[in-house]
Amino acid sequence: MKIHEFQGKEIFRKEGVAVLDGIVAKTPEQVAEAFEKLGTPVCVVKSQIHAGGRGKGTFKEDPNQRGVQVCKSSDEAVAAAKAMLGNTLVTLQTGEEGKTVNQIYVEAGCNIERELYLGIVLDRESKKPVLMVSSEGGVEIEEVAAETPEKIFKEHFDPAEGLQSFQVRKLCKLLGIEGKTVRSADKFMKKLCDVYTKYDCSMAEINPLVISSEGEMIALDAKISFDENALFRHKDILEYRDLSEEEESEVKAAEAGLSYVKLDGEIGCLVNGAGLAMSTMDIIKLHGGEPANFLDVGGGANADQVTEAFRIILADPNVKAVLVNIFGGIMRCTTIADALITAYKNIGFNVPLVVRLEGTEVEEGKKILAESDVDIVTADGLTDAAKKVVASIA
Amino acid sequence: MSILVNKDTKVICQGITGSSGGFHTRNCIEYGTKIVGGVTPGKGGQTAEGVPVFDTCMEAVEQTGADATMIFVPPPFAADSILEAIDAGIKVICAITEGIPVMDMVPVYEKVKASDSVLIGPNCPGVITSEECKIGIMPGYIHKKGKVGVMSRSGTLTYEAVWQTTTAGLGQTTCVGLGGDPIVGSSFIDILQMFQDDDDTEAIIMIGEIGGTAEEEAAAYVKTNITKPVAAFIAGQTAPPGKRMGHAGAIISGGKGTAEEKVAALKNANIEVADSPATMGEAVLRAIANHK
Repeated sequence: MKIHEFQGKEIFRKEGVAVLDGIVAKTPEQVAEAFEKLGTPVCVVKSQIHAGGRGKGTFKEDPNQRGVQVCKSSDEAVAAAKAMLGNTLVTLQTGEEGKTVNQIYVEAGCNIERELYLGIVLDRESKKPVLMVSSEGGVEIEEVAAETPEKIFKEHFDPAEGLQSFQVRKLCKLLGIEGKTVRSADKFMKKLCDVYTKYDCSMAEINPLVISSEGEMIALDAKISFDENALFRHKDILEYRDLSEEEESEVKAAEAGLSYVKLDGEIGCLVNGAGLAMSTMDIIKLHGGEPANFLDVGGGANADQVTEAFRIILADPNVKAVLVNIFGGIMRCTTIADALITAYKNIGFNVPLVVRLEGTEVEEGKKILAESDVDIVTADGLTDAAKKVVASIA
Repeated sequence: MSILVNKDTKVICQGITGSSGGFHTRNCIEYGTKIVGGVTPGKGGQTAEGVPVFDTCMEAVEQTGADATMIFVPPPFAADSILEAIDAGIKVICAITEGIPVMDMVPVYEKVKASDSVLIGPNCPGVITSEECKIGIMPGYIHKKGKVGVMSRSGTLTYEAVWQTTTAGLGQTTCVGLGGDPIVGSSFIDILQMFQDDDDTEAIIMIGEIGGTAEEEAAAYVKTNITKPVAAFIAGQTAPPGKRMGHAGAIISGGKGTAEEKVAALKNANIEVADSPATMGEAVLRAIANHK
């Protein structure tokens, strides 16, 4: 789960990770108030959307307006806010459709001495969280990784023990940080690692991380995401959820216990298991089709979930045919066959439906389908299923 | 022979009184697995699925001699159950539970590596030695005693591979579902070495997925350590980028993790790669034929 920058900074402030003063605003009037309240000669007006790359991103409505703007007066801040609020920001990470800006974060300015990059993720190889820093602040980190990987420095840490001071000193040495900034970095990095552990983050990224002319290390950005599996013990974080930032169909699917990702093709897929769902997409493509979605109904889906899954798939206007691929394990083919018929009758299909069943109670499941009066094309095996569904829309 | 489990393996179920734990214990017993007991704190002394229930793993091991466990405990308590199984000295631990927080698994991984136990999973279908011992949630009937060692990061896609090796007349020795979580107890490499050392396993198939570097590491390991024919399939070749973890995720894998890179690494290690999920069985046959 992702949250907004201003929410991330709320957490930072609470946990002692250095951030600048800032106020969230939803109207130009609130932006003006915020500017006055901050009382700094310069402020930064920042669009709040879940995607990164906002500083370089531009608005559909006004290609000259960036997603982040430095403002020297209240009027300037209000003008910027007007150009952002309600408009669609397109960045490298939003895709072409962009995202609507509903909130603005007005942040105090600061004198920047250096810009750095900092990120914490789980290192799957060592099975431990790793803190990464780079002297290339403000630059897309993939770019740094691809072109100058020697500029990225890493330190692993044990969640129970946290990052150690000697590790901070090592990183400071490598980054060329000296003097009292080392002390500031010690507090900053250790606290940030603690936040990562305490809140069950899956990623915490600060780009840019800055050193002010006073020698303090400050988070100028805050991009945090959380391990969905751990949200049960973070009720406070759940309140940060902004559903308007998430794909509506994906939210609905999640509520029904389904895993759904919308894609751009025309063949809807309903599959049990993530690996098989991905492979089903692969084989559709291999036979010349384009998948409209990834949908995993999970191990023990019932008729209601399957019906909901069909609703979600068919709500996508691009879908011209649907492929159901079930390899029953926990899920019995008879259950899915019954659910298919119920769903078919409840929703009313207007596109071809190809079904491939295998696994637990497969013969009985096939019999149920054959004896029903619904219009289903049955397939034997993956290849046959893919060919049939692609042919159905040719 | 086989790896990890066989007809003599004595298995307990942690979470046996839950609905999934009970259901799958029944299925495993039907398959022929020697289920000797179960563990549910607070329910010691009861009987479930015809076997005794204990409050702790310690008692279960003392009284039944169990050397394997399957865990169906709900996610918030599952990491603790794995630690309990390690503490009780259980050799093979299959954690079926899906949805354990990653942060819980960091210390569990360290503990299991420092112990004599092998952890399979979490978030996995389990381990099965065909026609001998099924520990987990896979459908039993698709498995047939034979010569292919199967290992996979996926669930239902594993069944697909098993089914294809069964219909191709090859059959399996043991099939291991490694699990799909960021931190799992055993890697392809751990299992590869077991298959290499197992006389009955004549060929190996590895089913991977995009993301992470497990397949690349396995490919490098196969190149230097495995003398048996190996086939592979990578799921998610057409998955769109950007739907995964942001920035920092891409970095840590050092530009690795895409299907193309994985396939290239596998081919470089002389592994026969199936280009379609429908041809995994054929890929094994090709790997065996080319190996001679």
